[in-house]
Amino acid sequence: MKKRWICLFVENQIGVLTKIAGLFSSKAYNIDSITVGETEDQTISRMTIGLTSDDQTFEQVKKQLNRSVEVIKVVDYTEIPTHMKEILFVKISSCNREDKEEIFRIANVFGCTVTDYDKNTVLLECTQTEGKNNDIIRLLQSCFPNRIEVVRGGNVAIEAVSRKDNS
Amino acid sequence: MKMNGAQLFVKALKEEGVDTLFAYPGGTAIDMFDALYGVEGIDVVLPRHEQALVHEADGYARSTGKVGVCLVTSGPGATNLVTGIATANYDSVPLVCFTGQVPTYLIGNDAFQEVDIVGIVRSICKYAVTVRDRKDLGRIIKEAFYIARTGKPGPVLVDIPKDIQLEMGSDEYPSTVSIRGYKPSEGVHVGQVRRAMAMLGKAKHPVFLIGGGVNISHAQKELQELAERTGVPVITTIMGKGAIATNHPLYIGNIGIHGNYASNKAISECDVLFSIGTRFNDRITGKISEFAKKAKIIHVDIDSASISRNIVVDIPIVADAKTAIQTMLENITKPEIGDWVKEILEWKAAYPIQMENYKGMTPEKIIRKINELFPSSIVVTDVGQNQLWTTQYLELDQNRQLLTSGGLGTMGYGFPAAIGAKLGNPDKDVICISGDGGMQMNIQEMATAVALELPVIICVLNNGYLGNVRQWQEMFLDGRYSSTCLKYRRRCGRDCADPDKCCPPYTPDYVKLAESYDAKGIRVTKLEGIEAAFQEARSNQAGPTLIEFIIEREANVLPIVPGGKALSDMIMDC
Repeated sequence: MKKRWICLFVENQIGVLTKIAGLFSSKAYNIDSITVGETEDQTISRMTIGLTSDDQTFEQVKKQLNRSVEVIKVVDYTEIPTHMKEILFVKISSCNREDKEEIFRIANVFGCTVTDYDKNTVLLECTQTEGKNNDIIRLLQSCFPNRIEVVRGGNVAIEAVSRKDNS
Repeated sequence: MKMNGAQLFVKALKEEGVDTLFAYPGGTAIDMFDALYGVEGIDVVLPRHEQALVHEADGYARSTGKVGVCLVTSGPGATNLVTGIATANYDSVPLVCFTGQVPTYLIGNDAFQEVDIVGIVRSICKYAVTVRDRKDLGRIIKEAFYIARTGKPGPVLVDIPKDIQLEMGSDEYPSTVSIRGYKPSEGVHVGQVRRAMAMLGKAKHPVFLIGGGVNISHAQKELQELAERTGVPVITTIMGKGAIATNHPLYIGNIGIHGNYASNKAISECDVLFSIGTRFNDRITGKISEFAKKAKIIHVDIDSASISRNIVVDIPIVADAKTAIQTMLENITKPEIGDWVKEILEWKAAYPIQMENYKGMTPEKIIRKINELFPSSIVVTDVGQNQLWTTQYLELDQNRQLLTSGGLGTMGYGFPAAIGAKLGNPDKDVICISGDGGMQMNIQEMATAVALELPVIICVLNNGYLGNVRQWQEMFLDGRYSSTCLKYRRRCGRDCADPDKCCPPYTPDYVKLAESYDAKGIRVTKLEGIEAAFQEARSNQAGPTLIEFIIEREANVLPIVPGGKALSDMIMDC
């Protein structure tokens, strides 16, 4: 079992997201994350799909996606150099002065932005890799248990321009 | 010139060469029916139920090679298509199903007879789409026919809202198709074919395993040449049966859980398994880890997703069966296989498929009589024991064709599919072989067959049971006949006290039932009556004839490979 990434170009039409999601569920493949958005061509949507699977299942996933009429192109992003980021918002509530200072330090070290705050609450915005966002959530959870609210945007990925190996 | 959507729909049918339309009217389809009124060249067939309607289109498509076309209304009209669409999808049958839909401005309002049919059929068809703009209508219909019949054929659904049917627009129907996400594979990788032929050339115990793909691509002639030039024996799946004449000296039989001994044994013993157009369904393979354990496997299939899904393959070839076989013929090799064919034929002779343990009028005798009396015919089965016996005993060649619901196994398929086959092939004898269970599932089509004056011969093999399930209950569940007796009445009590001794009379009386529809009904209870009944049926060209054969109640389909077991673990007798 291994983490995989697929970049999928599909027709930008009603029902296509359901079709793709339904294809995964009907074949009992599990999606870890999926993001969708319009591309520079309004008739095409682009999806970034993360999943964990063995080699054989992953081959099937790619073939099944490819045979769908609505799918224009399937690109395997697992082994090629890409830039991949996920947006994460974390709201920390009931903060005192010391808490706020600690949050600002964390933001500084982890490269997050303090997007908004008021007297007791701080909102952090992090645009990082999925793994780094996991680390930030874990840290904030341990520093401020039961006081954080998390929303994650899922990953978007694009092929690297200069890098030729996947390091 | 301008025309409304419904008129463009009719124009599209004509441009696509549709000569038969299976159609059931309703509120949101009424304008398309109006546009069809009086149109020359399209035979609009009115079935008595939409499920039967799709099976009829399916039988028409399988037997003619053309696209089967359906038209129904929204809501229940559309949902009644579901089983038939799934049936066609599993067996790669080209259908285009048009459904009426509530007007676009009502979609999502829970309007009368509104269902999201595209959402419902998404996972059981090749493509489904709602037309949301009148200007897309012509293109979408063109694409629907193209997608249905190309590549691996399959059902396509086009949902047309009522306001689109009525909206005026261009009368243009496109002549070309370009779909950026759909490029059916053409040609074949010649290097892979050469590698495969080299592997075959070195084999000592090779076999060809032929699936339905060879029949769909009409590669029977090429396959026969391939078998003869290589000398390699041919085994088929149920869907592949008939790809080579069943009396050909190199034909061994069907494999699978009801395959014959020699075929299953040969698959278990072979060193190269050259398979064409099969997806290695579980009914074919038995226990996967034991399947063709000694063999290198070559797999030709038009659908790349079928390759290395169930069985890991050594040489994959993505191609249409006919193209692949033609390329194989250009790169022919002939392996040195010694007495391999003789050995298999000895197994075949030692363990023939037969029903000698049963006395009197067995299904074997009935089907062998069909072999004798109807050399040029289309035989359509329902699902269950009737189907399995037919696939075991029916002889096929280029003049006799078999239609059966192999993938989905849909009871109720046989009779309507036979009607569709007869409509497409008026000059052929069409014989439906059904059980007493499946016959009831679309019995209302008697009215359709009578109305259309179709001389279809319907054989009901009546054993008073849902026989296939009963057989499993007998063999694997200690004879606990849970909900399988069709003679049951409440007075019998929960447990059957004495099977077949004091049973209530069977219901319905099939002869009277046929007569009530103004069809001919014949009951046959003895071996000697089979031929006379068929002759009488054949002489009735005015409409359908139902022949009810009262067969042994607890006859079994043998051999059988129990669920989860290897092909070599088949039970020959019980």
